Amino acid sequence: MPDNFCTPLDITQIEKNFADIDPALTTAEAMHEANRCLYCYDAPCTQACPTGINVPSFIKKIASGNLTGSARVIFDANPIGASCARVCPVDVLCEGACVEKTLLQKPIEIGRLQRYATDHAMADGRPLFEKGESNGRSVGVIGSGPAGLSCSTYLARLGYAVTVYERRAQPGGLDTYGMAEYKMPQNVSLAEAGQVERLGVEFRLSTAVGRDIEFDELRAAHDAIFIGVGLGSTRHLEIPGEELGGVIDALHFIEQIKTRDWRNVPLGKHVAVIGAGNTAIDAVTQAKRLGAESVKLIYRRTEKDAPAYDYEMELARKDGIEFYFRTTPVEILGDGRVTGLKCRTADGNEVVIACDQVIKAIGQQKMSSFFENVAGVAVDDKGRVVVNENMQTSDPAVFAGGDCANGGAEAVDASQMGKMAAIGIHFSLTGERVEFAGSAK
Amino acid sequence: MADLNINFAGIKSPNPFWLASAPPTNMGSMIERAFDAGWGGAVWKTLGEPIVNVSSRLAGLDQGPLRMIGLNNIELITDRPLEVNLKEMADCKKRYPNNAVIASLMVESKREAWHEIVKRTQDTGCDGFELNFGCPHGMSERGMGAAMGQVPEYTCMVTEWVKEVAEIPVIVKLTPNVTHILPPGKAAQNGGADAVSLINTINSIMGVDIDTLVPYPNVNGKAAHGGYCGTAVKPIALNMVSELARDAEFNIPISGIGGINTWRDAVEFMLLGAGSVQVCTAVMHYGYRIVEDMIDGLNNYLDAKGFSSVNDIVGKSVGSVTDWGNLDLNYDVKAHVNNEHCIRCNLCYVACEDGAHQSFEFHEVDGVRYPRVIEEECVGCNLCALVCPSPGAITMERRDDGSNPQSWRERTASQ
Repeated sequence: MPDNFCTPLDITQIEKNFADIDPALTTAEAMHEANRCLYCYDAPCTQACPTGINVPSFIKKIASGNLTGSARVIFDANPIGASCARVCPVDVLCEGACVEKTLLQKPIEIGRLQRYATDHAMADGRPLFEKGESNGRSVGVIGSGPAGLSCSTYLARLGYAVTVYERRAQPGGLDTYGMAEYKMPQNVSLAEAGQVERLGVEFRLSTAVGRDIEFDELRAAHDAIFIGVGLGSTRHLEIPGEELGGVIDALHFIEQIKTRDWRNVPLGKHVAVIGAGNTAIDAVTQAKRLGAESVKLIYRRTEKDAPAYDYEMELARKDGIEFYFRTTPVEILGDGRVTGLKCRTADGNEVVIACDQVIKAIGQQKMSSFFENVAGVAVDDKGRVVVNENMQTSDPAVFAGGDCANGGAEAVDASQMGKMAAIGIHFSLTGERVEFAGSAK
Repeated sequence: MADLNINFAGIKSPNPFWLASAPPTNMGSMIERAFDAGWGGAVWKTLGEPIVNVSSRLAGLDQGPLRMIGLNNIELITDRPLEVNLKEMADCKKRYPNNAVIASLMVESKREAWHEIVKRTQDTGCDGFELNFGCPHGMSERGMGAAMGQVPEYTCMVTEWVKEVAEIPVIVKLTPNVTHILPPGKAAQNGGADAVSLINTINSIMGVDIDTLVPYPNVNGKAAHGGYCGTAVKPIALNMVSELARDAEFNIPISGIGGINTWRDAVEFMLLGAGSVQVCTAVMHYGYRIVEDMIDGLNNYLDAKGFSSVNDIVGKSVGSVTDWGNLDLNYDVKAHVNNEHCIRCNLCYVACEDGAHQSFEFHEVDGVRYPRVIEEECVGCNLCALVCPSPGAITMERRDDGSNPQSWRERTASQ
């Protein structure tokens, strides 16, 4: 049992372990890769992008040396295009659809090129879009994650006065607090929030609706409300020992890492992570990178059933994670602090996996109580807020999008829903149907 | 192995690959290294009154990731003393008796001056002369180079002067900076030239630095037009070579120059009538070593096609080049998409839609969308096949039965 329940590694080693898993392209690499793009017509990569980014267009602009124009194409369709460049599951989206995969088995590195262009725009700092001429209307946006930032951006471009209410101290939602550190540091997401702020959007941080400010107050102050509150904390295991010291929520673990205050991240010597989704992978890989001696992934079903993407499973494998499939936790053992995890295996036997830390990554809870009790709008039987094609809830002045509406998907999906909500809000308030890049998908 | 030896207008060479007169043939030691690498011959960097060059001198044209698909230069003829060049030439010829050493010459337009340099140079034992009537920059401002080649009368006159004293074959190097290549080509023949070589470089400005606003290459804030060469000029050179080769009254050998990078390029020049080929830009890019694959590839090609000598292919395609009016109006090809090779980039679709005849539509096969040719609309222009990145995905297929060929000339004559 370690006394100092934290990383045993020195800072240099940790920084190395958490270095960018997919480093930025050099200019030469970017030019070469951009020139490799065939510039397909009605391109499959664009069709595969949930936000409909005109991928061939932004890539050809890189090739022509028009990086500002390239970044504008990206952010025009996706206000969190810099984050998505790093965290999108490109293998199953744009790059998975790339025709070069058919021709050369090697798709164009669209994600890295997108990062190249957006990095340029971030460093350059010049605004890519202007806020619209004020139309005298205001919208309150609850939550500043991908959906909220996206919705705010398009509303500001349409001339709305937008106020974002964010319960945390920093904007960005999961892009800021929930992404594996080796994929994306916080500054990327914060810079994107900065772009939104420069469009005149007001951010009220550390302001939780229902705690610091009443929903009805917002409802009265604004012409419309957009809710993009995401999901709640990780679900309970509902097994004995869950309250023991050393049992933590994967999101909390990841959030601690995001501070880069390495010594204060709670870390065991032998870590068991329960779950096999993408968050579980982020937890196992980062526990290992932080210096845990052994990291085990415990999952009650088979490897094939694991919800994590194949490339994420592969990454965990490369990091030396031990997998326990068809292994169901039944009790967390320990006396004050975790000492082991009792599990039932497929053949019905019980085994005890020795560990001094248990990280729960079995999916987030839905925010149904927020919608039912605070916002007063309908949720479905799975706890998701019900929205129509305009992202409008059962209350015509209240719109929603992102994980809280789709049950939990990618940042890029939330971004698109934010865009559609902005269009829906504008339509609802003015009767005018506007289009934004990628909105006709 | 086929025989690669050539006898070009009396100049013998172990293979048809010569270095063109240019920086790679600046001095004896360079040419000797080139011969060691396998080059059959070399045309020495043009001899004349030593000049003073500027810096910088070259500019490149890139296409995407491809560097230097075109090159231009504002370098002049040799800046080395004549006697140094001549001594090295004599030494080189002694050491490499089987390789072709050709002296490129350019002096002011005076009979005595030409007589003098011809006499002095042929004492080196070199195998032939190449008269530089093509250099389009710098020297032309002084009444030399292209200033000669652009006036057929001058071309003929100076060739005659040289022939008065030359005891070895004389090649006249032609400039492409003319409206039609036949008059200067015939003027060279009429002046007694034993052969011609073409093309020299093309007048060009390679581009403008959009930050400094000065064109390339920048010489202290100013730029001058230069001579353009490299891959990009090959089609122009091939046309000019074939124009001479298919003219009934033009009967002297042609040395082909312009954008030759590989054995394939060389074969094309030879098929259109070149008896030897000259290379510069590709060597400036990759070095003398490229000749190894040129020789190897040419050998394999000749073997595969059953030619015992490289000379057998010279001019083989000349008969296929004709005037437009002789082309068969009833020959009919249509594009066809082969789905098994189609990668669905849809470049054929957009190219045809916006750049040709709107002959494509989409259709679904097992839930996958493919482009398809609307045959009634297709004019058989080739554009879709040219833009297609996937070999075999678009083929041009013949639809007429060949039973009724008729050219425009025939059609209009019969009306």
